[in-house]
Amino acid sequence: MAGLMTALLAVVALAAVAALGAGAGMSGVFGIAVPYVAVAIFVAGFIKKVVGWASTPQPFSIATTGGQQYSLPWVKQAKFDNPSTPGQTFVRMALEVLCFRSLFRNTKLDNRVAEGRVAYGSDKSLWLFALMFHYCFLIVFIRHFRFFLEPVPFVITGVEFVDSILQIGVPTLYLTDVFLVVGVTFLLARRLWDPKLSYISLANDYFPLFLILAIALSGIYMRYVAKVDVIAIKQLAIGLVSFKPYIPPNIDWSFYMHFFLVCVLWAYFPFSKLMHLGGVFLSPTRNLPNNTRMERYINPWNDPSIKPHTYEEYEDDFREKMIEAGLPVDKEA
Amino acid sequence: MSKMAPPEELMNVNYATPAEAWMDVKPEFKLGNYSYPGKPDVLKYLGLPNPRDWSPTDEDWKLPPDWRDIIRDGFRELLGKYRSLKVFMDVCVRCGACADKCHFYIGSGDPKNMPVLRAELLRSIYRGEFTVAAKILGKLSGSRKLEEDVVKEWFMYFYQCTQCRRCSLYCPYGIDTAEITFLARDLMNRIGVNINWILEPAANCNRTGNHLGIQPHAFKDMMEFLVDDIETITGRRVEPSFQRKGAEILFITPSGDIFAEPGIYTFMGYLLLFDYLDLDVTWSTYASEGGNFGSFMNDKWMKKLNAKMYHEAKRLGVKYIIGGECGHMWRVLNQYMDTMNGPADFLEVPKSPITGTVFDNAKSTKMIHLVEFTADLIKNGKLNLDKSRNAGITATWHDSCNTSRGMGFFEEPRYVLENVVEKFVDMPAQTIREQTYCCGGGAGLNNGEFTEMRLRGGLPRGNALRYVQEKFDVNTMSCICAIDRATLPGLADYWAPGVKVTGLHELVGNALVFEGEEPRTMNLRQEDLPGIEGSEEEE
Ligand code: SF4
Ligand code: SF4
Repeated sequence: MAGLMTALLAVVALAAVAALGAGAGMSGVFGIAVPYVAVAIFVAGFIKKVVGWASTPQPFSIATTGGQQYSLPWVKQAKFDNPSTPGQTFVRMALEVLCFRSLFRNTKLDNRVAEGRVAYGSDKSLWLFALMFHYCFLIVFIRHFRFFLEPVPFVITGVEFVDSILQIGVPTLYLTDVFLVVGVTFLLARRLWDPKLSYISLANDYFPLFLILAIALSGIYMRYVAKVDVIAIKQLAIGLVSFKPYIPPNIDWSFYMHFFLVCVLWAYFPFSKLMHLGGVFLSPTRNLPNNTRMERYINPWNDPSIKPHTYEEYEDDFREKMIEAGLPVDKEA
Repeated sequence: MSKMAPPEELMNVNYATPAEAWMDVKPEFKLGNYSYPGKPDVLKYLGLPNPRDWSPTDEDWKLPPDWRDIIRDGFRELLGKYRSLKVFMDVCVRCGACADKCHFYIGSGDPKNMPVLRAELLRSIYRGEFTVAAKILGKLSGSRKLEEDVVKEWFMYFYQCTQCRRCSLYCPYGIDTAEITFLARDLMNRIGVNINWILEPAANCNRTGNHLGIQPHAFKDMMEFLVDDIETITGRRVEPSFQRKGAEILFITPSGDIFAEPGIYTFMGYLLLFDYLDLDVTWSTYASEGGNFGSFMNDKWMKKLNAKMYHEAKRLGVKYIIGGECGHMWRVLNQYMDTMNGPADFLEVPKSPITGTVFDNAKSTKMIHLVEFTADLIKNGKLNLDKSRNAGITATWHDSCNTSRGMGFFEEPRYVLENVVEKFVDMPAQTIREQTYCCGGGAGLNNGEFTEMRLRGGLPRGNALRYVQEKFDVNTMSCICAIDRATLPGLADYWAPGVKVTGLHELVGNALVFEGEEPRTMNLRQEDLPGIEGSEEEE
């Protein structure tokens, strides 16, 4: 619980800092300095981490196999759960990254002592909400490019169009805004309700959830309640990406709060578990084919000096007894 | 064993989480939940550090004075050698998808047996010692300092993991707690914290070739004993050879198959099959252990013990190797052998001399599993099998963890099984194939003192077994792993009494009809065949 409270307070404090700071005339800091620093930390940190992983050798090919291996010609191979070629492995990875396939398998333990049996019910809730959360986040992220790009590319307008297809309210409600909040809320709620999860949860599990929730809510507030000056914000954004920073007057404080929280997320990202974004591609149990009997996998640090206790040593040890037992020997006694 | 609570009681697992945060809960060693530590002379033989007499229940574990530095340096070394470790330390999101997947968690309710928390035991030190963020945030970020209690906790929980990889299957990032356990054990070995039931067998395998330390002449005697039994049962005198140079095939199986029931029946099945085919195969007393106890310890010993297989194959000049029914052997063979001890360019790509099938799935390792070989024989109609010799058996199949999640043998063994028994049913879908449950005895935990914990860990498997026993009258569970053959009988006696455990080739051996043979009255266990009046008196 300490973790939960700390994370919550941290996010509240960060939001307050930005809201108050921007209100007190520090918009230059929050609109220019912080975003540059945050993005720099993100880029450098992300690269450092991924390069750190990638440059560490993966000594053994340890694919976790989830189905029938490549075997005799009449045995049907589970190509995408137990891939034996790079192509199949690529599909496995794509299914993992795009569809969260491993989570799709999830089951839930159900120990029915009274009936004397243990059952495992299918549990797709985490899969569903995690998928919802990640895809909504992605779409929201893509949508935001309209602030940075002029003219706004057709793809982005298209995404926006579909996203607001229900035409609810003014400004039109984006579905992904809603589902993003629903997704995060679910992820947060299960951490609180499931005792197993709350037991393993740390401040750095709660913090990103609160942070993202705060980002989403402040964004929603800006758009639907404060109805901030979108043109001005776009000027600021374009100023940033074109390296001609400019702070337009009269941007609502809520924008700075939203923007600052996003910057915190950028800067926090490389040092946190959020790096699973990069890590998922490097997981050796998933990104390697199970073809180790067909092709030799090379371990760069394989130590050639490690030798077996040789047969000669063995025979020296047992020669007499071997001869007596009629076992063949290389050297007679 | 006598003190074991009855199954109904053991099933009543308390899954409530403790009031204290996990870092504040100390491990509690009780007889039945830990394995005995490595004996000093065994450590000395293996060249492992800090040989001494100690017990986990002692307050003072007599760690070397600089143990913190050893662990830190070792950890740093492994982080630099294993990308898997590095990535797994960084990317877990503690989503909990793996939490209720571990048989030891299911059977004990101890939250530190949740794979995610098991890994956190190491991760918290990783963060505390190697990351900047954690240094600033301290305990809040889930990091902690290396204390003696941490080592005690590691010992408890990394020797309560059978490296079965079930958790890895469900993890969205494929985080493999088995890998983490493997490396944590490596670290502990560096300060002399290990268990005897891994070290002593490893030492024996190194010196004598088998895990019990049986010397070559005695090994041969045991084999002859089984040969005599085969003669009693079938009237045939099979003639296995040892260390025969120039044989076509070297056959290696876990030595457990020759020493103890029910493995010996599987062993007799091998002998019968080879005799039936008149296969040019030889055995070796030197390389007589398929199971790799080194793989429960560290990469060095895994490599060293595994190397004997190729070493012997080369010396004897065989064409290729066939391996018997074993779990860890196949995990090591599939994922490590060629990398560590290849290339096996002195061998040929395995080609069945009976069917002509070329096993291109083993074109680099040059080693195939007997179950592939037998499945191919059956498919090609090369075996005359009489299922009625196994009448009375309603069989189910136990997918061993290592041949499942470490390689992917599912169809071949089922195909063989269905061809040798009349009735076969699978256990519930969520407990078999890649989702299979561990026997609870893998990775060195198949020792006597660990029985209670192993039976707890056996709860999911035992429960699934009892389900098919009650519903379909299953009375036999077949498997292709020597540890299973050693562990599952006890598990079945406890959780599903009345179910027998067999290896696959025991059933093949029973069903195999030789040309012009004397009619059999007994199976390989010397029990009367159903419907046949045996020479023994009826019960
Ligand atoms: S499933 Fe994977 S990411 Fe989730 S808690 Fe377990 S190890 Fe961590
Ligand atoms: S490898 Fe198996 S025993 Fe170890 S934590 Fe994972 S599920 Fe449990």
